[in-house]
Amino acid sequence: MPIITLPDAETLVAQLAAAIKPTLTPNTVLVGMYTGGVWAAQQMHALLDPDMPHGDLDISFYRDDFDRIGLHAQVKPTRLPFEVEGRDILLVDDVLYTGRSVRAAMNALFDYGRPARIRLAVLVDRVGDRELPIMADFVGATASVPAHQHIHLVRDDAGRLKLKLVDLK
Amino acid sequence: MTLNPQLNQDGALKHLLTIDGLPRAILTHILDTAEGFIAVSEQEVKKVPLLRGKAIFNLFFEPSTRTRTTFEIAAKRLSADVINLNINASSQSKGETLLDTVDNLAAMQADMFVVRHAQSGAAHMIARHVAPHIHVVNAGDGRHAHPTQGLLDMFTIRKYKGEFHNLRVAIVGDVLHSRVARSQIHALTTLGVPEVRVIAPKTLLPTGVEQLGVHVYHEMAKGLKDVDVVIMLRLQNERMRGALLPSAQEYFKYYGLTPDKLTLARPDAIVMHPGPMNRGVEIDSAVADGKQSVILPQVTYGIAVRMAVMSILAGN
Repeated sequence: MPIITLPDAETLVAQLAAAIKPTLTPNTVLVGMYTGGVWAAQQMHALLDPDMPHGDLDISFYRDDFDRIGLHAQVKPTRLPFEVEGRDILLVDDVLYTGRSVRAAMNALFDYGRPARIRLAVLVDRVGDRELPIMADFVGATASVPAHQHIHLVRDDAGRLKLKLVDLK
Repeated sequence: MTLNPQLNQDGALKHLLTIDGLPRAILTHILDTAEGFIAVSEQEVKKVPLLRGKAIFNLFFEPSTRTRTTFEIAAKRLSADVINLNINASSQSKGETLLDTVDNLAAMQADMFVVRHAQSGAAHMIARHVAPHIHVVNAGDGRHAHPTQGLLDMFTIRKYKGEFHNLRVAIVGDVLHSRVARSQIHALTTLGVPEVRVIAPKTLLPTGVEQLGVHVYHEMAKGLKDVDVVIMLRLQNERMRGALLPSAQEYFKYYGLTPDKLTLARPDAIVMHPGPMNRGVEIDSAVADGKQSVILPQVTYGIAVRMAVMSILAGN
């Protein structure tokens, strides 16, 4: 099996921020999806515009696998300190894989209001593994990973982000 | 672990019948999950799709407004279908047994029963009886337990005080007849509160209450000294007839929480009451409506805590 080397997460964040910056409007807000997307969004926020409103989204209550695996072990409070109605939302996640998390995130956002637009930015796009018709507007890198492996974003004590490959049990 | 009828073989919560015997990790998980549900009540659409298509039956064999309503709101915010049954008025008065009632509702594809009953152990009996896919929540059984009230009280304490390990908590009043007090005591000791006090006349304390790990006081002047949390219990009027107390006026004089007595507690102490309150019997209006009172936030938090309990059970 080929050894997959994952790109440096912080470089990806910087590249994404550079690509996103020219597209920002005064109406744009940044929303990170727990847990990896929140970290990535926090770093991006610092690079983009510290005055831009930003929030954290937990999708535990909107997942489609509740009947199979129950409630996610760690539910984090969603925090959206702005009106969603009419906003230009930039949704941030670490890895785009099946598309199910993004589906859940969009449903969650619509329970807060009707956004004018939602765009998606991801550090890594796992191409070829989509189960829903969802694609990202901004992609840091693409990766092809065997089905028994997962790409995880981790954050060390110093706050540095790193992509890791984990074997699924 | 497997002997606890509330847990499945993996040690996960399947029914919520009592706080007694539940590990701290499960209590903390419920409180943490409830934090997530607080945000749902602030959404434009105050609903999440978690329990869509599930049928939750509120079986109230004893009257209740607050508990039944908050369970109903909680279930509806989880998108479940809620069916309220006021049993006093129906089958039981026609002679049907409790388990026959339950069997009939299970035949209507119930997924969860929320049970309030005057007999201690009623929810346990139903939990043992139902098919494995059905979950049972005890919403108060006799003098035994009221676990969701205990949990929402812990949630309220954590919201205002942050932690449990440095607190002094006093529970005041009719501990003898109170299922709420039992659930609170088990929750407080499990979560690591170092000093739990009960304050009551001897006639309103169960014998051997010290064995639950509480300090017993008979005078407010001593018991309220330096506490961080004061939990008042409802004094049920019918207790007067049992000659346990001389009169409501006399009770208020010695055990009613007045602004004067509250000054004995720490200046930032919070005052809680599970409701319904008897103003002028166990609590003075000036305290109930005062700035240290968190009685109404308790009700609000009760919805999030019940949403957490129902969604955790339904997923296990």
